[in-house]
Amino acid sequence: MTLAQLSWLDLSVAAALVVLLAVLAARARLEVSRPLLISAARMVIQLALVGFVLEALFAHVALYWVSLMAMVMLILAGWEVVARQRRRLAGWWSFGISTGAMFISSFSVTVFALIALVQATPWYEPRYAIPLLGMLLGNTMNGVALSQDRLIEGAWQQRDVIEARLMLGQGWQEAMGSVSRESMRSGMIPLINGMAAAGVVSLPGMMTGQILAGSPPAEAVKYQILIFLLITVGSGFGTLLANRLVARRLFDERERLRVDRLVEMQSR
Amino acid sequence: MSACLVVENLDCGSVREVNFTLAVGECVSLAGASGSGKTRLLRAIADLDVHSGTVRLGGKDRQCFTPAQWRRRVTMVPAESHWWADTVGVHLNGSPDVDLEALGFGPEVRGWAVRRLSSGERQRLGLARAAALEPVVMLLDEPTANLDAEAIERVEHWLAERRQRDGTAILWVTHNAAQAVRVAQRGYRITASTLQQAFP
Repeated sequence: MTLAQLSWLDLSVAAALVVLLAVLAARARLEVSRPLLISAARMVIQLALVGFVLEALFAHVALYWVSLMAMVMLILAGWEVVARQRRRLAGWWSFGISTGAMFISSFSVTVFALIALVQATPWYEPRYAIPLLGMLLGNTMNGVALSQDRLIEGAWQQRDVIEARLMLGQGWQEAMGSVSRESMRSGMIPLINGMAAAGVVSLPGMMTGQILAGSPPAEAVKYQILIFLLITVGSGFGTLLANRLVARRLFDERERLRVDRLVEMQSR
Repeated sequence: MSACLVVENLDCGSVREVNFTLAVGECVSLAGASGSGKTRLLRAIADLDVHSGTVRLGGKDRQCFTPAQWRRRVTMVPAESHWWADTVGVHLNGSPDVDLEALGFGPEVRGWAVRRLSSGERQRLGLARAAALEPVVMLLDEPTANLDAEAIERVEHWLAERRQRDGTAILWVTHNAAQAVRVAQRGYRITASTLQQAFP
């Protein structure tokens, strides 16, 4: 089976539908048209560029090139997490914590999967390493961004309740109680929903891609299961770690709630 | 009377060079214009805001206590109480029925929904909730601001009993000069960012 070729005209038709959606949203004054079009344009440009980069990377298999690509992806993911928040920790804290948590979780899970499960030769073979890391980072980024936004907003809106609990001698973790739980939940729910609906409601992207490219469905399914499990572990640990570090930073060494450490972002 | 709480050279931004002591079982009132820094001073003593200066309890520096230990001993009750669970009883685990009764509530109050409480009920229950910790010092920010005359009398009587029975020391913020003289043995006033003795 050969892959059906897509022409630029095919892509233009799909793009026209997005423009139509933006026009309708603008008429309804939903204020999503601008970010929708910007994101769509970014996606096209970024994917086109990454296509060239991947071709070059696959042609020159070297650990330092793979590492460089991975670091660029990580920094951009950290940047995206910060950019999606209404409020963030002042200075480099939000970026640092998000990037650090994503680095620890996504990179360790990717390296583990490459060495112990995929067993490619060499282990950093970019054909496996980059897509795997990309999927892990993308999902971890979503989890970290969602949960961090919810955590900081929750702490801001419920600062009086949190302080009331501190006044009654509760520790910072107990005082953050429901705010921490809610933020973890919002970070993990997309993953949990994704797994629960996989194969029943939706056919996941990677599996669909492999099948379209001609892989036997049974083989594509195995890869997809592996990816789902790895994404869940990487994203879950990343979200947990980032959540914990951000929550700690909201309090000082005397466990005072420090909302003065937050800055409001300009709406994009 | 022996000194229980000692505050030395405390600077919380809006009030500077604060020095005073609070004896065991003593009540000291604190007055001042709105925005003069009364609440900030209470928050600084409860270690809720960043500030400079020394605060000691029973001769021990605050740094000897963990933040949670400190706030259980030196407990602030804000002017407006905040609640995190739906039912009153969840917040009143340690409150004996006798305290609730003294503040005008029957034991059924534990089953009440927090959202249905009036501001006066919230204020009295906020006091009971803090008192359940058996603090050494209570920092009360206008504890009777939302209460009617009868409830004010109940609260004043209940707090006076606590002082005499348990030796609880109280720093009581009030705008009411008559109440200050009625409940406190000494009174301070914040004027031009400094703490000045108002009476005796």
